[in-house]
Amino acid sequence: MRLLRRRVITCRDAVELITSYLDDGLPARERRSLEHHLSRCEHCAEYLNQMKATIVAVGRVDPDQLSPATRQALMDLYRQTIQSRE
Amino acid sequence: MAGSEDELLVRLRAGDESAFLELVGQHHRQLIRLASAFVTRAETAEDVAQETWLAVVRGIDRFEGRSSLRTWLFQICANRARSISVGERRSVPVEHIEPAVDAEQFSPTGAWTSPPVPWPDAAAHAAADADLVELIRLIIGELPTMQQSVVTMRDLDGLTSAEVCQVLSITEANQRVLLHRGRERIRSAITKTMVRQ
Repeated sequence: MRLLRRRVITCRDAVELITSYLDDGLPARERRSLEHHLSRCEHCAEYLNQMKATIVAVGRVDPDQLSPATRQALMDLYRQTIQSRE
Repeated sequence: MAGSEDELLVRLRAGDESAFLELVGQHHRQLIRLASAFVTRAETAEDVAQETWLAVVRGIDRFEGRSSLRTWLFQICANRARSISVGERRSVPVEHIEPAVDAEQFSPTGAWTSPPVPWPDAAAHAAADADLVELIRLIIGELPTMQQSVVTMRDLDGLTSAEVCQVLSITEANQRVLLHRGRERIRSAITKTMVRQ
């Protein structure tokens, strides 16, 4: 069986592919090329880790809750709209 | 997931206030944040979110379930915010397709000349520092409109790439480019802060 040739990718290419890679959006051949590159390039592996950590950090940004006043205002709006529908 | 959404829809259509409150509790802040990517004033973003709820209550019987309820909500909000941003003449610029990482960081052969500065204990540091969270909030607010809306929907609100494409009427490839550039700006800002420390 003939092995499919891996495309050689550079660091510049690797960086541009990271988000697609994390989304599992790369064709299999491209994914293998990137993984091969990441296993040999500590800088690109660091870049991948930093992007993963960035996503975790962004996810922590906004746990704020709805204030009781906003909740009430929206509830009033809801009741008025329902009444006007009836 | 789909089951609970179906149930919520039935309750909403029956005029169940608690179903409305549930939905508002889950999505109101997210809608304001999405609208904020397009419009300049915080009050306008709140108005857009409120108008989205009005449209939802009025239109719930016509909702055909071709998308998820959440995608429908976000779509109404994004369309409304976009039309207001046109009125405000805050045009949504076509964002340049440039490399996410500055080309000067690479040699002509594509290898790093100025590689990423390692973070102290990257994951733990990024996830635990309150100042860093505040910094990220600011950087997100400064991202170009489309990057901001994609990053917030994907990384804060947990929408899938398919949902984001539907909400913003963009292609999968475009969505990834916007997400990548937005995340890269945030990563780069975090690095600068860590290097200063």
